[in-house]
Amino acid sequence: MDGIVELQRQLVEYTTSLYDEGFLDDQFIQLQQLQDESNPDFVVEVVSLFFEDSQRLLNELANSLEQQSLDFRRVDAHVHQLKGSSSSIGAQRVQGACIMFRNYCEVQNVEGCLKCLQHVKNEYSLVKSKLETLFKLEQQVLAAGGTIPMP
Amino acid sequence: MAAGSSSYSSMVLDEVKTPHVLAVDDSLVDRKLIERLLTKSACKVTTAENGQRALELLGLIDGQHAINNRRLQGPKVHMIITDYCMPGMTGYELLRKIKESSNLKEIPVVIMSSENVPTRIKKCLDEGAKEFMLKPLKQSDVKRLRCHMMQLGQPCNGRLCMGR
Repeated sequence: MDGIVELQRQLVEYTTSLYDEGFLDDQFIQLQQLQDESNPDFVVEVVSLFFEDSQRLLNELANSLEQQSLDFRRVDAHVHQLKGSSSSIGAQRVQGACIMFRNYCEVQNVEGCLKCLQHVKNEYSLVKSKLETLFKLEQQVLAAGGTIPMP
Repeated sequence: MAAGSSSYSSMVLDEVKTPHVLAVDDSLVDRKLIERLLTKSACKVTTAENGQRALELLGLIDGQHAINNRRLQGPKVHMIITDYCMPGMTGYELLRKIKESSNLKEIPVVIMSSENVPTRIKKCLDEGAKEFMLKPLKQSDVKRLRCHMMQLGQPCNGRLCMGR
């Protein structure tokens, strides 16, 4: 029993840190509230889609920014998509990085765009790794026979 | 209509208990989210990834309904919810096409967007959108939409309310 309580404590502490450090916002809580017995894997499913989609978009962005004649509208369209999906899952810092990126697209600043792409990539890597850790902790709680504390 | 009219009105009520919503969005993540949000609000959901696909589905879904509008046939669509920014046909253009169609214009349309642009909002509402909602959508947003879905299911009061 102590084992479960300790695992749950770790989970709550970790989750709280993700909100405190701005990695996640309230929208992630919305996702968790949509999960129930009929849809027990909803959060992992949506987040997995987000990972796939983001990887695709980041690859496209890297490609677009390598082109001789930069199509800023195309770059902006991709960043807009990434901004949207990160906002939908509550990945606040990725969303913020995308907003900055769009500003540089608007003024057609290549240097700025390249820096922003790096920044978005970094934030994405961070939140991906944080979420994967979160899911691992949840699995540990469940495997130990505990339940995941509801938000 | 006299024969089996009680089963007819119970069909009306049953159908409205589980409104059928068509959700249109080019984002895979958002389609998953909106589908779950709507299902959790006791709706039946069909998703489309663009306006063209949505119109095809509306033609198929509402085709039978339109041909013989004195009888309920096939899954009727009670509401359409669409993203504004989509490649190809925007949500606004989709809205216009729906409002131009005699078969489809009665279906309430809700537009979603991640951007709060007053001129955009006004444009959509002027064109007949029932609501304009800001993304990301939450459960409270979807719960509010049920009143729009219900409008096609008003009590009969002895007259035909479905299949106009």
